[in-house]
Amino acid sequence: MNLSVNLPGLSMKNPIMPASGCFGFGREYSSFFDLSTLGAVIMKSATKNERLGNPTPRVAETSSGMLNAIGLQNPGVEKIIESEIPFLADYDTCIIANIAGSSVEEYEYVAESFNQTDHVDALELNISCPNVKEGGIQFGTDPYMAAFVTETVKKVTNLPVYVKLSPNVTDIVAIAKAVESAGADGLSMINTLTGMQMHLPSQKPLIANKTGGLSGPAIKPIAIRMIYEVKQQVSIPIIGMGGIANAEDVLEFLLAGANAVAIGTANFNNPFICPEIINGLPNVLNKYGFHSINEAVGKGIFHEPADLSSS
Amino acid sequence: MINKVNMAILKKKFIAKDTIEFVLKNEFISHHASPGQFLHILIDGLTLRRPVSIADIDKSSNEVTIAFKIVGTGTKKLASYEPGQSIDVLGPLGNGFDISNTHPKKVLLIGGGIGIPPLYHLGKRLSENNVKIISILGYQTKESVFYEREFQELGDTYVVTDDGTHGYQGLVTDVLTKVSSFDTFYTCGPTPMLKAIKERLSNSDGYVSLEERMGCGIGACLACVIPTSDGEGYKKICQDGPVFHAKEVNLS
Repeated sequence: MNLSVNLPGLSMKNPIMPASGCFGFGREYSSFFDLSTLGAVIMKSATKNERLGNPTPRVAETSSGMLNAIGLQNPGVEKIIESEIPFLADYDTCIIANIAGSSVEEYEYVAESFNQTDHVDALELNISCPNVKEGGIQFGTDPYMAAFVTETVKKVTNLPVYVKLSPNVTDIVAIAKAVESAGADGLSMINTLTGMQMHLPSQKPLIANKTGGLSGPAIKPIAIRMIYEVKQQVSIPIIGMGGIANAEDVLEFLLAGANAVAIGTANFNNPFICPEIINGLPNVLNKYGFHSINEAVGKGIFHEPADLSSS
Repeated sequence: MINKVNMAILKKKFIAKDTIEFVLKNEFISHHASPGQFLHILIDGLTLRRPVSIADIDKSSNEVTIAFKIVGTGTKKLASYEPGQSIDVLGPLGNGFDISNTHPKKVLLIGGGIGIPPLYHLGKRLSENNVKIISILGYQTKESVFYEREFQELGDTYVVTDDGTHGYQGLVTDVLTKVSSFDTFYTCGPTPMLKAIKERLSNSDGYVSLEERMGCGIGACLACVIPTSDGEGYKKICQDGPVFHAKEVNLS
């Protein structure tokens, strides 16, 4: 079966890509499988300067999921361009660079920096990291700010820009529409939900940062619901993510309106999860009567008939 | 080289209070793992794997021994597994004790609680190479003591308990004065213990093995990190470690 998907900037052999922050820059996972099997790789967030991240503990197990507060640890955009991208460029897969910042100027700087390389196919704008004070969340929770940072980045890059939305908002549709109007080429959704866990022996929050981002199967229904709602209000494509652990989950995301999907937490559980899902996808699509990825996109959305009683 | 393998549980034994030993069977792990490396174990129903260090390996029978203490949900569930079942393991992971390039004649092993198992594996390998072993083992109380006889077979062994119910009373650092000279020390245990040892033995060559909550276990997620002594950044415990030269990391 043909699993290929074409999205702005991304001509992918399949809709599966590891999510940002869950795959580093691919090096570690390349010892487990050929990265060329992936539709794309979304790199770990890049900031202007090196960031050392948060103190430990940075992760905790939760019911059907985990909390993390890594704190955007990364070597800085220059080093990523110099040392990490050439490694990934040797594989036959699309490269998406994820950008984080604490100011609009930083997003602008990092986005512009990626113009130095020809190997990046698209940018993902992280306006939703809940784990650092200035990790972009302030841009991700306000439609005006989200639109402003999107517009600014679009001005300095020729690459398609996918904006990664935060679920920690009252109205995610409003943010989605705002960034679409500001020129976003696509959306990534969802980032983690802010959570906290108490550690009984020490009687304080387990994560050193106190709060962390909740991910894993626990958040899948939230991601599906948000994609379902947003899909009906925007016309740009959606890369869906949030707790995907198998090929059936992928089909759920496609039915809700995702055009492609990213796999996050499941990589920690099983480093082979991405190729396993890619191999399993044709059977699952077949089983439910689909002959391509595109055929399934949004098929689960039912528009309510207009309410005639009020007219 | 890292692989995802199934390891059959051959034996299960309570070796001390809340402390369990599994003997597992797998050819790949038994032939590739070195002292100080660990296994990342998938536990049914949990999202994150749990890192458990290797206590012993018998290459001839492909047997790998692990020992762990029940401290939370993951280890409690792992403790419920029985011989006949098998566990999904990612391993061997990390960089263990560097014994191929160093040739000490006499070493000091200092273990605290559940940090003791990897030192047993190390001690056995060094002992096979005719290295003289001295061990200091620290436990909370008499009921927590395990592997005492095993270490005694390797060489002089000093046991201390916090409450004095077995061996000397006090901390592992309290018996350091009883130990004559040694070339290198190797230690694993709670971070405050490692820190105290590092300070006391600052003039000696030594290695510390660290523990931290982990995510991927292979160096990609950056969950388990330790600041370096030079203040320049972090090392990844799962990939660069868990064993570090004592002077390399900052155990604040």
